[in-house]
Amino acid sequence: MGATGADTATGRHGDAALAIELVGISKSFGPVQANRDIDLPVRRGTIHGIVGENGAGKSTLMSILYGFYTADSGEIRINGKVTDIPDSLAAIRAGIGMVHQHFMLVEPFTVLENVILGAEDGALLRPSLAKARRELTRLAEEYELQVDPDAIVGDLSVGFQQRVEILKALYRECDILILDEPTGVLTPAEADHLFRILENLRAEGKTIILITHKLREIMAVTDEVSVMRRGQMVRTLVTAETSPAELAELMVGRRVLLRVEKTEAKPGDVVMDVRDLSLTDASGVERLRGISLSVRAGEILGIAGVAGNGQSELLEILAGIRPATGGTVSLHGAPLDLSSITNADERRQSRMAHVPEDRHRRGLVMPFAEWENSCFGYHREDRFDGPFDTLNRVAVRQHARESIEKFDIRPPSCDLKTANFSGGNQQKIVLAREIERDPEVLLVGQPTRGVDIGAIEFIHQQIVALRDRNKAIILVSVELDEIQALSDRIIVMFDGRISGERMAGKTDERELGLLMAGIDPAKGQAA
Amino acid sequence: MDLDIAIQLMGSSLRLATPLLLACLAGLFSERAGIFDIGLEGKMLAAAFTAGAFAAVSGSAWIGLLAGIAASMVLALLHGLASITLKGNQLISGVAINFLASGLTALIGQNWFHQGGQTPQLSGSGRFLGVQWPLTETIGQIPVIGPVYQNLISGHNILVYLALLTVPATWWVLFRTRFGLRLRAVGENPGAVDTAGVSVVRQRYAAVLICGLLCGVAGAYLSTGMSAGFVREMTAGKGFIALAALIFAKWRPWPALWACLLFGFLEAVGIRYQGISIGSLQVPVQFMQALPYILTVVILAGFGGKAIPPRAGGRPYVKER
Repeated sequence: MGATGADTATGRHGDAALAIELVGISKSFGPVQANRDIDLPVRRGTIHGIVGENGAGKSTLMSILYGFYTADSGEIRINGKVTDIPDSLAAIRAGIGMVHQHFMLVEPFTVLENVILGAEDGALLRPSLAKARRELTRLAEEYELQVDPDAIVGDLSVGFQQRVEILKALYRECDILILDEPTGVLTPAEADHLFRILENLRAEGKTIILITHKLREIMAVTDEVSVMRRGQMVRTLVTAETSPAELAELMVGRRVLLRVEKTEAKPGDVVMDVRDLSLTDASGVERLRGISLSVRAGEILGIAGVAGNGQSELLEILAGIRPATGGTVSLHGAPLDLSSITNADERRQSRMAHVPEDRHRRGLVMPFAEWENSCFGYHREDRFDGPFDTLNRVAVRQHARESIEKFDIRPPSCDLKTANFSGGNQQKIVLAREIERDPEVLLVGQPTRGVDIGAIEFIHQQIVALRDRNKAIILVSVELDEIQALSDRIIVMFDGRISGERMAGKTDERELGLLMAGIDPAKGQAA
Repeated sequence: MDLDIAIQLMGSSLRLATPLLLACLAGLFSERAGIFDIGLEGKMLAAAFTAGAFAAVSGSAWIGLLAGIAASMVLALLHGLASITLKGNQLISGVAINFLASGLTALIGQNWFHQGGQTPQLSGSGRFLGVQWPLTETIGQIPVIGPVYQNLISGHNILVYLALLTVPATWWVLFRTRFGLRLRAVGENPGAVDTAGVSVVRQRYAAVLICGLLCGVAGAYLSTGMSAGFVREMTAGKGFIALAALIFAKWRPWPALWACLLFGFLEAVGIRYQGISIGSLQVPVQFMQALPYILTVVILAGFGGKAIPPRAGGRPYVKER
């Protein structure tokens, strides 16, 4: 390392203390500059957080470090030595391991097979498998990383799959472990366990880089934190000397409200009533086991739970795009048809709106222009009718321009291909379309998944505003923070059942976390 | 049904199943690595022609076999280039290869030999002839075991035995070696292989080339083993039947053997019983000949149980952005 490093504010620890040093890294994808002249010093034996909004370039930067992409310019120094990392193999050789956000596991393989893949000792598998089995036993004891080596990875829960990913890296004897958004799919208890593992690893002298957008986690486990914004490195700080508010401001570039401002709810009459809803899927698995709930006008009912416990199915049944196998749902006392996957139109006519969980698959047609997406589902309404039963393009585009203005969709061009908007703006397109009809019931799934902080604030405000217009809202989210911030009443789902119901003001994260794991603390037993 | 007929029928099933089996295992290697291949048919056809032509010209079945393999591997490389390097659509590439083989074999055959697209009749060392196992005459005297040994176990050409040996070999390679582990992984989640520091491209090319090799043997068997020369369109959909067998076998080597034997058996039955009647109803010859194709349709329609193909199958590997 030269004088450049020593001159930067954080380079004062000197060469030997740095496990990784990135200098002047730039990377473009076509016209998009994902990383611009980035410097990042990471001290050995620390947990180093990297925060930033979606699209800030965190994942790209780490993919460069892991050899998944190569940088256009810049230098990577590992333990003070300039290292060329053209591919993942080079990264592994340099002692870097990475746990990707979307796990890089072969699901039909066993844990052992996944662990040895690419790190086999010879042409035959048997000796490698035996060695990995011994090694896994040792690692399990050392770091609380117990996993059944013969289990099929696809059968494991995400928490265990993540352990397999960490074991893969440790089996390759990595000194530096990168984790990309590791807690997105975990229960709070699982996340705590993960953090214990990370602390154990740090105690062993390993260096950990933690990419996350959850400021709470940054504050809880990291030693230092680097903030990225729009492809650039904003600053590297000592975690103990900063605050969530400061980090949020650095991420967004302006002050943001971390809490949603809302008044006390004034719930009115029951609008929607769900009784004994059940669902058995094609392979015979019970996805929903007798769900009963009701939602009132003027309240936000939050449905919490770890992904995959039936929330998605519930939302889809209510939205009329998945048939139920039992139970009833009534809207203002009138029963809804639950027998078909093509009831979405009927639901819209009875003034229910749906913001689907997966906006790319269900909410938008990505290659279409914004104005086309702005009317889907409502395109047969009279106001969009043109001559000879065609679509009145002038009317639709006029309407699209209005909602672009009202929802601050950027860039403000209704002719732009939907795929070219950022995640947050895509979500605003969906939300604008669904909210704008002033529905009696709004079903909304993961409203801020993949959405940056600035847009999150706006989307939350819109949902609260709809509630204040005395509408009923059912919110499904795997982000506990979001559930707590928005909901007036919270239902927690576990394994297709409701494991508990709480008023938002009268519960805390610990209690909800237990409910998410199927344990009702009020009853002191498994729900 | 007496024993002799049963043995003949089974021997014939085995001979008819051989090209299916080789093509099926060829497809297995390719598809397990995530490269769908409906071009098995075309590769077999090209190999059958090349093998027939080179065997006729050189007088050696072995030279024919090598030439057939080479032709098939060239087409396999083309498929690899289109679907791995250029990240094209694998189905379209496969269809193109089928058309290419169909047209080129007829065209070159006619220009070369002037026999309406056929290659000259092969004889002697130009063909793979049946191999008599030791002591055939002696053991042949024993009742039951004798005829089985003589007509079912012994007497096939070398490629039939090679095809049978390919089954355990494929199983062993796929499930007991590093190469097999990586090959299966690349068909399930290429990202996992890439991030483990292994080249997805190289692994997939290797699989596609093995596919070409086995298709080459299958094609050569058609023109130099089962028949005595190449005839236009002589594969007659065998590549597609092999694909059906592959799906029926759920991409596993041993079930692939049983599936191909079943298809071979139906074909043998169709050839042997051309003119049987049920009661007073005469079963049309065409119906008997159509049996394997009918089974193909039934299997592909999903009556063979739920088959889950390799998860990354059919999709080119592109690093996510």
